[in-house]
Amino acid sequence: MTQTIQLGGIGLELVERGQGRPLLFLHAGEGLAAERPWLDLLSRHYRVIAPSHPGYGTSEPIDGGAGGVDDLAYLYLDLARELGVEDGVLVGADLGGWIAAEMMVRSTARFSSLVLVAPLGIKLRGRDERDIADIHAMTRAEYLRAAWADPAKGEVDYTALPDGELAAIVRGREAFALYGWKPYMHNPRLKRWLHRIDRPTLLLWGAEDGIVTPEYGEGWRREIPGARLDIIPAAGHFPHWEQPDDFVQRLSAFVDGRNA
Amino acid sequence: MRVWYFSEMAYHPAWEEGLKRGSLRVVLPSANYDPEIGHELLNRYLDEFRLCDEVGLDIMVNEHHSTSTCLTISVPMALAVIARETKRARLLSLGTPIANRPDPVRVAEEMAWLDVLSGGRLEMGLVKGAPYEIAPANSNPATLMRRYWEAHDLILKAMSTTTGPFSWEGEFFHYRNVNIWPRPYQQPTPPVWMTGLSPETGRMAAERGHVVGTLLSLSAAGPMFEAYRKRAQELGWTAGADRFAYAGVVGVGTTREEGLRRANLAADYVRTSVVVAEPFTNPPGYNSLAANVAALKSGGKRGGFVRDRNGNPVDQRTATIEQLIESGTCFAGTPDDVYNQIKALHDNVGGFGNLLMFGQGGFLDHADTVANITLFAEEVLPRLRELSPSRVATQVAAAQ
Repeated sequence: MTQTIQLGGIGLELVERGQGRPLLFLHAGEGLAAERPWLDLLSRHYRVIAPSHPGYGTSEPIDGGAGGVDDLAYLYLDLARELGVEDGVLVGADLGGWIAAEMMVRSTARFSSLVLVAPLGIKLRGRDERDIADIHAMTRAEYLRAAWADPAKGEVDYTALPDGELAAIVRGREAFALYGWKPYMHNPRLKRWLHRIDRPTLLLWGAEDGIVTPEYGEGWRREIPGARLDIIPAAGHFPHWEQPDDFVQRLSAFVDGRNA
Repeated sequence: MRVWYFSEMAYHPAWEEGLKRGSLRVVLPSANYDPEIGHELLNRYLDEFRLCDEVGLDIMVNEHHSTSTCLTISVPMALAVIARETKRARLLSLGTPIANRPDPVRVAEEMAWLDVLSGGRLEMGLVKGAPYEIAPANSNPATLMRRYWEAHDLILKAMSTTTGPFSWEGEFFHYRNVNIWPRPYQQPTPPVWMTGLSPETGRMAAERGHVVGTLLSLSAAGPMFEAYRKRAQELGWTAGADRFAYAGVVGVGTTREEGLRRANLAADYVRTSVVVAEPFTNPPGYNSLAANVAALKSGGKRGGFVRDRNGNPVDQRTATIEQLIESGTCFAGTPDDVYNQIKALHDNVGGFGNLLMFGQGGFLDHADTVANITLFAEEVLPRLRELSPSRVATQVAAAQ
């Protein structure tokens, strides 16, 4: 079910599905897309808690749009406390992965495992080398080719969507720019603190990710003590979207040591 | 009416290549720019600005970045040269894209310096900047307008504070000691201009009593000026024509054919300025929510702001000179034709006291540009002064 809760002075839109161990799912820069299959698949095993980030969906921006990714990290740590999350699973994709990492370098108290799906958020290579593709310099077609193993799966017919959904998409694009324009999609100070993540960490990466490549994932693996990197075949930047069964299978096997 | 001659100082030799590649801006490599030709062109354009002073026109300069459409990358640099080469013309900076500038105090210093240099001839545009300026500046479009207003307030405070250092700790800008030298020649600041296309911009400008300018589109100018007048009235003052500016392409000749030919060449500015690689045309947050929803609904069809008589968008890239005359984008023909077209638009939008004259564009060569400027100043300018007589500047009651 979708609800709006008051937290940290803003109204936060939240989807909750399923029962079991709490799993906080932090969505990608593209938005929550709660109608897509991965939340349902996850909710077979977990109590899935999936907020729309401030500025996305109907969630209000923090301080009129002044908030950054560090604010999101504190907000979601507050959310975990508010909802009584213990022994939780923290999952974040793309922007959500960046937020999840920012949370865990601050506190790992409420989460027992971390799953990062093609996260953004760190700078690995030289100052004149791009780690993260510039999605704002691409046409829609170029973006789909970079972000999807099968670009057709990412196509959306915007002309068929109702105004409310279009407005949510537009707000989400603006919020994504707000959080990741400059420095571009990363926090220059995050990498040096990733060693603080003292929980089992799984990095899931689409083999054909053209936004952040598996080599970038290898960089994340090196920085988080004991982290494991799994490559999902036939997937691009959104493996949870493009290969939802494989995604949930790997996540569940890692987190609980069971087969989905 | 004041008429402000204006040229973007185009580098048109690269346009063919830019058109072929689908972008004259942002991504067109500078290998397509020849420094020798650029040297000749820049100096030629500055000569044309100097001529305007001699024939009684005022002067406007703008800036763009990373583009073959406009070699002016710094209004203050260009105006510094022009200020020294002119004696009478007022000098309009339209303007500095202040939301894309990291240091508003530096903007205040440069504008004050120009005002001092020119003996108080500066008019100071503080502009939002076009969407494709976001990429060269790498400024965050999602916070653009908040940054704009903070820079605006800081610049005006820096220019008008004479009592020693003040501190500023805002959302975007931080200073402990703002105390600019020199301070401007005009007190407390040079006249301030804003630009835009929407009634909302008209209202915001009215609340501060600034001059508001719009360009190339009859259909945008009317509602914007009306919103300004209405808001001024609500605030207890009456906006005179001097608060309004309209920019159009001008081609005048001794015969109608000659005027149309000149306008048609200068109008390549209109046709090329919109040829921009698609990802840079609408950065997230730059345009309003409603405008973006409409754009998605339309399936990505680009509708510009130039509209025909029935309100339908005109494709700027392929527009004929006749279409551009109808849309109020160009004024072209004999001096009578040009005067009549300007007067019709003036009357249609409730009057304006400033015409921004795109009197040169791309392939309009030096001889034609000189003839265009000279004939306009001799035959059209005196009649426009009668149409909208200069008055004492509107007394603005709005608090700044």
